[in-house]
Amino acid sequence: MNRLARWFSGGLIAFSLALTASVHAQQPLKIGFGMSLTGPLAGNGKAALISMQIWAEDVNAKGGLLGRKIELVYYEDQTNPSTVPSIYNKLLDVDKVDIVVSGYGTNVIAPAMPIMMQRNMVFMSLFGLNVNSKFNYDRYFQIMPAGPEPAVDWSRGFFDVATSLNPKPQTVALVGADAEYPALALEGARANVKRAGLKIVYDKSYPPNTVDFSPIVRAIQATNPDIVFLASYPPDSAGMVRAVNEVGLKTRIFGGGLVGPQFASLRTQLGSLLNGIVNYESYTPEVAAKYPFLDQFLAKYQGRAIKEGVDPLGFYLPPYAYAMMQVLEQAIKATGGLDQAKLADYMHAYEFDTFVGKVRFAKNGEWSVPRMLTVQYHSVAGNDLEQWMKPGKVTVLYPASYATGTVKAPYQDNRK
Amino acid sequence: MDSSTALVLNAIIAGLLLGGFYAALSVGISISFGMLDVVNIAHPAFIILGSYIAYIVNDRMGVDPILVSIVVSPLFFALGMLLYRIYYLCFEKRGQESLRGLAFFFGILFITEVALILIFGVDYRLVQTAYSGTTWRLGPVDFPMRLVVPFLVSVTMVVGVQLFLTHTFFGRAVLAVAQDQLALRLMGVNPTRVKGLAFALSIATAGVAGAFLIVIQPVQPAVGREFIGLVFAVCVLGGMGSIWGTLLGAFVLGLAESFTSTFFGPSWAPAVSFGLLLAALAFKPSGLLGR
Repeated sequence: MNRLARWFSGGLIAFSLALTASVHAQQPLKIGFGMSLTGPLAGNGKAALISMQIWAEDVNAKGGLLGRKIELVYYEDQTNPSTVPSIYNKLLDVDKVDIVVSGYGTNVIAPAMPIMMQRNMVFMSLFGLNVNSKFNYDRYFQIMPAGPEPAVDWSRGFFDVATSLNPKPQTVALVGADAEYPALALEGARANVKRAGLKIVYDKSYPPNTVDFSPIVRAIQATNPDIVFLASYPPDSAGMVRAVNEVGLKTRIFGGGLVGPQFASLRTQLGSLLNGIVNYESYTPEVAAKYPFLDQFLAKYQGRAIKEGVDPLGFYLPPYAYAMMQVLEQAIKATGGLDQAKLADYMHAYEFDTFVGKVRFAKNGEWSVPRMLTVQYHSVAGNDLEQWMKPGKVTVLYPASYATGTVKAPYQDNRK
Repeated sequence: MDSSTALVLNAIIAGLLLGGFYAALSVGISISFGMLDVVNIAHPAFIILGSYIAYIVNDRMGVDPILVSIVVSPLFFALGMLLYRIYYLCFEKRGQESLRGLAFFFGILFITEVALILIFGVDYRLVQTAYSGTTWRLGPVDFPMRLVVPFLVSVTMVVGVQLFLTHTFFGRAVLAVAQDQLALRLMGVNPTRVKGLAFALSIATAGVAGAFLIVIQPVQPAVGREFIGLVFAVCVLGGMGSIWGTLLGAFVLGLAESFTSTFFGPSWAPAVSFGLLLAALAFKPSGLLGR
């Protein structure tokens, strides 16, 4: 009888354990983040969210991760840095998410960093410029291909292209918005100016809500610079490009760090005003052969983006938002769990195969090799979107392994 | 002409053109806040609504956005009437207009923004007009049509509002409401009706200003918040309830911004503009043309 009772008890315990394990296995793997769905960066925030949702659907269609379905738990941060700490505290304490990733952009990534460091969480971030330089957190990783010295590498291509002109340019004007990203981009530009031995003749910033940029462009023109480097967000990119065309800026190279021309809305609205500008891009159809698996993702993304009223091209951010999740997916699979220390060690040690190519992280969590493209827009006519879907409007100038042509200068001769 | 003279002349023209645009943004606030004592913090939301209506008609039918805004201004007028009626019945009539009324307009601001996000998405929108890429040059001075056309229509609108207020019975009734509602009631005029019509006029001007905005710069649903401080600053600087004062205040801030950007660096522009506002209020607390 005693033996029977023992067998029965043992069986019951084993059954309970199996049931618990089974219930646990069926619990979703929660990935938490804040995302800007309203406010100035909402366009990119929504585009990133669509990409991450596509990734979750793709993984779930294949049976999930570690045998668990993926559940994205996200909250709207209103593009407001002050909302970020409470969002991540709630994700970790109330929602009990297994993994956290960042929202889009430097100004919402930085406020989450102290929480990640306190909780020892791996923090995969989406397009933050040089965030870890102040924190030096060894579990921070960043998917933007800015390179190991993000602030400097960000504009390295622009200045390498500009100084390759013959005769070599001598003077430079630096201008940007009074905001986080432009300030960091200008800081890096100053380092590149020093490296190239150029003389700064104008170095000023403007308030983000500036309406008329023509006084700024005239003040720049009065210094007669060979190079004009601009770091701006979409509304001021549009304002500056229009003012530059209205005033008739004469310089050899103009551009560098304009956020906006990467997206369909500004491309179609500015049209031929973009001609001649040298700027950065993270992907362009001219180099599609280097991204063999991206087409299938873009086809899925573009279908949804039109319905959601966000960037219908999806060249700039969405592939990288998807790649960010692919990195985590591969690290979780390889380590076989969610141990944050093991994940961080693995992500530092190994290379990842993603839709945007091979990704390897440097010690500071940035890409070990910069791969942001420096391009020049040309031959843009009219305002239709179709012309941007296929090669022909962009020459890739940098890095050399991706280059499809050489820069055309001076700027004023290539404006139209 | 040397380059510094050309810079000065261009700074003056750019400042005046910018000031004209600021006047269009602010004239509605001058009526609602300056004359009617209604703190319509949602005014920029109606400016953005005007931008989107101008955008959608321009995008689908190719009609000039400013023309669209003038054609649809009666709709904005009707919307203003409705909004004031709700405000009056829920807050003003009960004597709760100060704090709860402010919360009401904050709510309207957020609801409008979210509605625009749901309908149009969060992408930036901009219109192309026949004159957007044209710049007239008079010697060394530039006249970008992207700013000249809104300037001309704006000044016409502001002068029209002023003439309307000073040369019509209704306009004088609005001015009387601003001064003494009880006296107006004793004269047999219903101040609530007058305030409703005046508030509607202020919303109609916001709709037109929205078209100017989307001609000048890209717009997304939340961009209106950036103008809340500016429109109230123009109204206070010019003098509460003074339409000429609003125009003058807008020109002062436009010129200050343009000169600061040209000669000292654009990041100083807000400090100089609001420094001027503080200085003007210190020496003339009622504003430049306030009574």
